[in-house]
Amino acid sequence: MNLTLQVWRQPGPEADGGLKEYQASDISPDMSFLEMLDVVNERLIEAGDLPIAFDHDCREGICGSCGMMINGVAHGPSKATATCQLHMRSFRDGDTIVIEPWRARAFPVIRDLVVNRGALDRIIAAGGFISAPTGSAQDANAIPVSKQDSDAAMDAAACIGCGACVAACPNGSASLFTGAKISHLGLLPQGQPERFRRALNMVTQMDLENFGHCTLFGECQEACPKQISIDVISRMNRDFLRAAVTAPSDRAASGGDG
Amino acid sequence: MWALTLYRSTIGKKMIMAVTGLVLVVFVIGHMAGNLQQFLGPGRMNAYAAFLKSTGELLWIARLGLLAATVLHVLMAYQLTQIKRAARPIDYTRREPQVSTLASRTMRWGGVLLLVFIVFHILHFTTGTVFPVASRPDAQYPAFSHTDVYGNVVSAFRNPWVVLFYVVAMLFLLLHLFHGAWSSVRTLGLSKPSPDPLHRRVSTVIAVVVWLGFTAIPVAVFFGVIR
Amino acid sequence: MSIELNARIPAGPLAAKWDKHRFEMKLVNPANKRKYTIIVVGSGLAGGAAAATLSELGYNVRCYCYQDSPRRAHSIAAQGGINAAKNYQNDGDSIQRLFYDTIKGGDFRAREANVYRLAQISVNIIDQCVAQGVPFAREYGGLLANRSFGGAQVSRTFYARGQTGQQLLLGAYQALEKEIAKGGVTMFPRAEMLDLIVVNGRARGIVVRDELTGRIEPHLADAVVLATGGYGNVFYLSTNAKGCNATAIWRAHKRGAAFANPCYTQIHPTCIPVAGEHQSKLTLMSESLRNDGRVWVPKRKEDVGKNPTDIPEQDRDYYLERKYPSFGNLSPRDIASRAAKEACDEGRGVGPGGRGVYLDFADAIKRLGEDRIRERYGNLFEMYERITAENPYKVPMRIYPAVHYTMGGLWVDYNLMSTIPGLHVAGEANFSDHGANRLGASALMQGLADGYFVLPNTIGDYLASTRLESVSADAPDVKAAVADVEKRTRTLLGINGKRTVASLHRELGRIMWEYCGMARDAGGLKKALELIPQLREEFWRDVRIPGAGTELNQTLEHAGRVADFLELGELMCRDALHREESCGGHFRTEHQTPDGEALRDDEHFAYVAAWEWQGEGKPQQLNKEPLVYENIKLSQRSYK
Repeated sequence: MNLTLQVWRQPGPEADGGLKEYQASDISPDMSFLEMLDVVNERLIEAGDLPIAFDHDCREGICGSCGMMINGVAHGPSKATATCQLHMRSFRDGDTIVIEPWRARAFPVIRDLVVNRGALDRIIAAGGFISAPTGSAQDANAIPVSKQDSDAAMDAAACIGCGACVAACPNGSASLFTGAKISHLGLLPQGQPERFRRALNMVTQMDLENFGHCTLFGECQEACPKQISIDVISRMNRDFLRAAVTAPSDRAASGGDG
Repeated sequence: MWALTLYRSTIGKKMIMAVTGLVLVVFVIGHMAGNLQQFLGPGRMNAYAAFLKSTGELLWIARLGLLAATVLHVLMAYQLTQIKRAARPIDYTRREPQVSTLASRTMRWGGVLLLVFIVFHILHFTTGTVFPVASRPDAQYPAFSHTDVYGNVVSAFRNPWVVLFYVVAMLFLLLHLFHGAWSSVRTLGLSKPSPDPLHRRVSTVIAVVVWLGFTAIPVAVFFGVIR
Repeated sequence: MSIELNARIPAGPLAAKWDKHRFEMKLVNPANKRKYTIIVVGSGLAGGAAAATLSELGYNVRCYCYQDSPRRAHSIAAQGGINAAKNYQNDGDSIQRLFYDTIKGGDFRAREANVYRLAQISVNIIDQCVAQGVPFAREYGGLLANRSFGGAQVSRTFYARGQTGQQLLLGAYQALEKEIAKGGVTMFPRAEMLDLIVVNGRARGIVVRDELTGRIEPHLADAVVLATGGYGNVFYLSTNAKGCNATAIWRAHKRGAAFANPCYTQIHPTCIPVAGEHQSKLTLMSESLRNDGRVWVPKRKEDVGKNPTDIPEQDRDYYLERKYPSFGNLSPRDIASRAAKEACDEGRGVGPGGRGVYLDFADAIKRLGEDRIRERYGNLFEMYERITAENPYKVPMRIYPAVHYTMGGLWVDYNLMSTIPGLHVAGEANFSDHGANRLGASALMQGLADGYFVLPNTIGDYLASTRLESVSADAPDVKAAVADVEKRTRTLLGINGKRTVASLHRELGRIMWEYCGMARDAGGLKKALELIPQLREEFWRDVRIPGAGTELNQTLEHAGRVADFLELGELMCRDALHREESCGGHFRTEHQTPDGEALRDDEHFAYVAAWEWQGEGKPQQLNKEPLVYENIKLSQRSYK
């Protein structure tokens, strides 16, 4: 296959960027999208140019490192597929492919297609955990969890933190990401003690990171490589509402810490 | 304070939009049902209008309530639009919507159009301040009357431009309700988990019924079904 | 000069060793813990768990990862499950049995005491993970479900669909983020350790390159933990993530940490076969698939080109079931991999290049229905279809072995401390628990055991029993280490030759796979030992790294890693050549039983080979830690 690429090139966080055109010739349809970029990069290096920077690691769709806007679609045309598992057989000979980085104020571009997704980590740090210090656990079978709840929690927990939901959202919202973690932990009995505090703190952090709001376009669910449902957003909103209405003020909540 | 917590968060703002939106949904359904009495003749329609006016303070409470809902709805929409714009300062060169509906994507500009419509509609039928009539004034209903609601409707919808404006506005109301009625419930977290969460049944019915009901009157007048 | 390999295994009966040791270890006063700084390199199961737990205990922790977030460590890709001797299934499991299975699976080349401790701790790991909210699979009654895995006849594997590693890692990551928010852990993402700082014979810090700015700085501490994973990427093609590298452990090795059993590499039997020259990595299909899938090749060479569904039952060779009737398709990984290679070497392999065997679910689908299979393996089947464009519900999967895990690593004692005092090594980066072959679902167990339960105890003992002088960034040893890294980086950027880093890496991978892969012989290893130094010389003469050192430069990062692989690959071949026996993942064709099984030589090779760095250009010196078995009898492994 022979393809024309239009790739966003930006030398650094503060520098100006723009689309640059490259020819990707002799591409095998069995290549993954990233392998196609590898080929282009090796040729760029051989020609004395700078290769296209992009994040990638496991290349099996689970680490969440990779992610780019391919022809205006987050992770490209294959449904439920991260960029690394997208294969060139999804394109046709002669296609032009526009490749851009995730775009959001909360995801500043570092270089070319590489962005900083630290905001997602900070949302987790704000409350996306169950406080269970090592050694404090009781026997694993002491807390039965209904299969239904456990399965629903697993559906939400499948999130790989790639940021495609933010990238695909017309509002640049991180609601699917945040809702997924709130749902995963909130559906389990172990997560109940911190459930409302968690929702409150994570949502507050999400807003502080300058993500947009949710209009329920549904684009996030469609872009999600793990097909996480927007049901998690409803659950987040429900928990957040209850938290906002019922939670004691922060001072009372953290009292006793000294 | 909890209200402040809500107001400060994007989710809280959306919830305010959802609640006020649902209030307005209930209102438009009632408003449409009332209006359909136009088909039952001048006696019935004018009696209904007279009854509403006779409620006095209650009417004003309702009007103020609706005004407050609309103002909050628009204010939140404005604030959220600012937030959204800030959330993506540099846009994509190319972005292809995948599943978002036309309805969801026209909420903002459709909403602005509906606001313009509401202002016009109040000036038109409530106060009579702006009351364009057809090129040949109707002999039976020559001008706006504070008591003859039936006559005002017939007179107003003889004007093709007015009819066109109302019909177009109602199309946007259809879209607004199709997305809004459904998303409000989801925003408030009142929906059950669903295997196909984007599928909407109730809001489709509401949107279509309201659209049909509201569009029927100007169209019926224009084509002489109501005279 | 020879190092002392004191494993510091506590005396006393096997089952009581860890308890006794915990009692005998010195403790750090809770008020003093925050005065200690501990560096943890790597944020996977071992590193993430250790960093979070050490911070919970009160230590000052600094954690580093090369990825943009600690959640992306490659532990996340583990699919199948995690073993634990819970015996929830009442099928005869016990700590003793998990211990024995692990030792036997490792072909009797692991330390008894370490493995027994691992089996003991396995039970606590499951409790800990459930408390953190890991959504393990459950039965309708709400209790935990188990599946069976290779090398065991009991069901002791806990799993979360095909994403067990992900869920366990997210548990550790969330605990880590909790500690980051509390201020106990300072996280350094996109930071690569490029050297170890040793002062007065003790590990006191690391030299770090910030991947975004290229800044090279020393980071000092009272103890250093390396939890940087394995070195499978020395083969270029492996199931490891592209960024996985040996740089941290290799630089530590060059600062004096012994490297143990480098030749023990695990070739995983169920990976998606190579599709072409462009292949950049190999994708694993979880071993759990072998619970329901049947492995076969055509009986006759002539049938290999046929559509598999057209080959009748009597013309298929279910070779694992035939050769190993009692374990069948669940034979350990090394055995299943070698059997696949043999079948392909006989010309009966299927798919492109004849390098593949079938993994067939037709019987399971007939027995359980497609829905049950979808429930169990749905995401794996989808992944297979995405990569190969074939529907495994209709046609059998094609699989082939691929490099997956490295049992070798830095030598550690019972406390997980390397031969450099203060340098601790956890998870895949150390050599400790899997002997010559790792059983499925045991890597997650070991990583978490090291991180949650072993290191937090043993580091305390080290700190409490050691007097540490204060070290400043101006100390000569620190400045020298930083200068070394700076010089090396400048050298790399200054070569400006013709060859890409990737092409050199691919070439190294081909050499390693050809001569130090699934089957090895003296001739091939000697050949590799000629080729690798030549390639290394070519690398340092002709590599081309565009861009600058003061910005994000992924080619430079890759080049540094390949440079280390070019040294490590050589050591692997030397180790493989010296070990004149076959054991587990190390199969020397000269040493096999008449029916082609690995033939150990316990009399001469029942030891850990710990290689000691002697300086640039000099071969490492071999040190031996004898393996003493007091509780089990060494036997020829049999899964027949």
